[in-house]
Amino acid sequence: MTTRELTYVKAFNEGLHQVMAADPDVFLIGEDVAGYGGVFHMFDGLLTEFGPKRVKDTPIAEQAIIGLGVGAAARGLRPVCDLMFMDFVGVAMDQIFNQAAKMKYMFGGGVSVPLTITTAGGGGMSAAAQHSQSLEAWLAHIPGLKVAMPASAYDAKGLIVGAIRDDNPTIVVMNKKMLGMKGPVPEELYAIPMGQANVVREGSDVTIVAIARMVVEATKAAATLEAEGISVEIIDPRTVQPLDTDTIVTSVKKTNRAVIVHEAVEFGGIGAEISSQIQEAAFDYLDAPVARVAAPFSPSPYSPILENAYMPDAARIAARVRAVVGRG
Amino acid sequence: MTQTTALGVQYGPREGYADDVTRELVLELHRGMVRIRLFEEHAGKLVESGDMPGFLHLYVGEEAVATGVMSVLTDADQMTSTHRGHGHAIAKGAQFRPMFAELYGKTTGYCKGRGGSMHIGDTNKGMLGANAIVGGGIPIAVGAAFASQYRGDGTVAASFFGDGATNIGAFHEAVNMAAVWDLPILFICENNGYAEFTAQGNHMKLEDIAERAASYGIPGVVVDGMDVLAVRAVAVAAVERAKAGHGPTLIEAKTYRYFDHQGIKGMRIPYRDAAEVEAWRERDAIKLLEVIGTERDLVSAKEFADIWSQTEAEILEAIEFARNSPEPDPADILDDVYTV
Repeated sequence: MTTRELTYVKAFNEGLHQVMAADPDVFLIGEDVAGYGGVFHMFDGLLTEFGPKRVKDTPIAEQAIIGLGVGAAARGLRPVCDLMFMDFVGVAMDQIFNQAAKMKYMFGGGVSVPLTITTAGGGGMSAAAQHSQSLEAWLAHIPGLKVAMPASAYDAKGLIVGAIRDDNPTIVVMNKKMLGMKGPVPEELYAIPMGQANVVREGSDVTIVAIARMVVEATKAAATLEAEGISVEIIDPRTVQPLDTDTIVTSVKKTNRAVIVHEAVEFGGIGAEISSQIQEAAFDYLDAPVARVAAPFSPSPYSPILENAYMPDAARIAARVRAVVGRG
Repeated sequence: MTQTTALGVQYGPREGYADDVTRELVLELHRGMVRIRLFEEHAGKLVESGDMPGFLHLYVGEEAVATGVMSVLTDADQMTSTHRGHGHAIAKGAQFRPMFAELYGKTTGYCKGRGGSMHIGDTNKGMLGANAIVGGGIPIAVGAAFASQYRGDGTVAASFFGDGATNIGAFHEAVNMAAVWDLPILFICENNGYAEFTAQGNHMKLEDIAERAASYGIPGVVVDGMDVLAVRAVAVAAVERAKAGHGPTLIEAKTYRYFDHQGIKGMRIPYRDAAEVEAWRERDAIKLLEVIGTERDLVSAKEFADIWSQTEAEILEAIEFARNSPEPDPADILDDVYTV
């Protein structure tokens, strides 16, 4: 495979181009996805390449956007429905969790819903309480849904392709602060299946399970800690539903310590579930309680000073790791 | 008689809509409505007696709407239903055995005992299910209509909902999107006058819900929901319009449910008076069609009576089938959460 550097958003965009070229049943709808290419350039060039039948601007109507996707998916198409900001899932939530997620089960298995929902989550841009959230735990709690959170350019392409090819309703949460981040991306079309964690970095003293952009912060923390003689292994679950518990548990059995990092608020976050899974599967291997680094239990604040205090970063992760390995 | 209001609402089908009715059509529509009526009455009794689990929202009184609309659809046309969905399913072609089996929660049911009354339907007959979230099925039907347009396969979609659902955002969003994209869909509002226990006058200013069509730039039609031939006639026109690429129609069928919002026993609190119920029962859709059929010498009283008795026998057999069907195995509880 030929590989070159692409930005996170360009990699996502290339994946969408390629999967749409390969499968005429894939179409894209959402607010300003066609003429404008999406507010984050996620959909640049798609209208030009695939035309107005397959790339459509919608009214501002999130319930109808997702509901249309559910109905079209139940008829065998592969809709990609964009919700722009992750905070907007609340507007469409009935269609996501009562309809898309449950249709197969409550109708006795007779219908599949190969729907992909794209959206952008995460903070760090002074976008305040309604444009900064990380709501993955909310979605991962619903049987029937899958939730992907790419943390690299490579994964942004592979996970959007994997989501579209998956026969279940899947939400792909792009991270707003990573859009311009570059990484190696193969030119060819490839898919990352749901439920396969990525061992981002190998280490022996502690396992950091990092979600979305926190992989970047954890990687910075790991470099600092390495200089201090602490060897960090980083696991990126890539999808929080399904969760690749095996890879996480295998790592913790090796390192005997775990720190979980996410942007979402700590209480009831996906870190609580991961912590519980670790303790159920590897309690006897643990040399310290499983720790979490996450946002405090408040809405996301606007002020850069407040938001910096709100969001986990490399320094806070490193401090927690030092405490967990007994060097705090 | 056709009239048009200032907001463009059309009342009733075109003149002479019942002139060319045939014996075959009367028999088909009559059997369709009787199948719903008897299924519902039996199901209601079975739940009240404790023989069957769950709770039921019975369609009795509204049979003409589902039967009339569905008589112009094919299996390839998609339909979304409501919590009051048995009638839609039967009209779309669902069979008694898997329907009763589903209500009993058995593996032979349409949903393998996973859905029950509120999610019943045969996905192989163009049903995107009954839906227990008021208004939840409307955007999904728009998606089915989008698929029809995307594939250019000549099919249409139909979405059924009540008067109460037209107050929820999903209705507004869905109808607007279908309108702006000229999607081939029929929006059928079954206006039975009550959103659960709240009378229409207490939940909206409008008398004719069809007037809402004007705000989306599509036609709105009011039809007598107790006249199956009239319902069929307006559905024919709406399907023609949809297939011609001209987009959706909002049909408001004025109808009535004879039983309570849920169950068969009657009203816990008297939110409707007995005279009102009786007045609607006087205009019963099945009786009306029997009068038309016999007055025009198309179908004899004996033939109508035979339909009732044949349907009754079929239902009793289906109930036995359901009772004797295997229970689901708790070991399979995770099956069909995901497509693997």
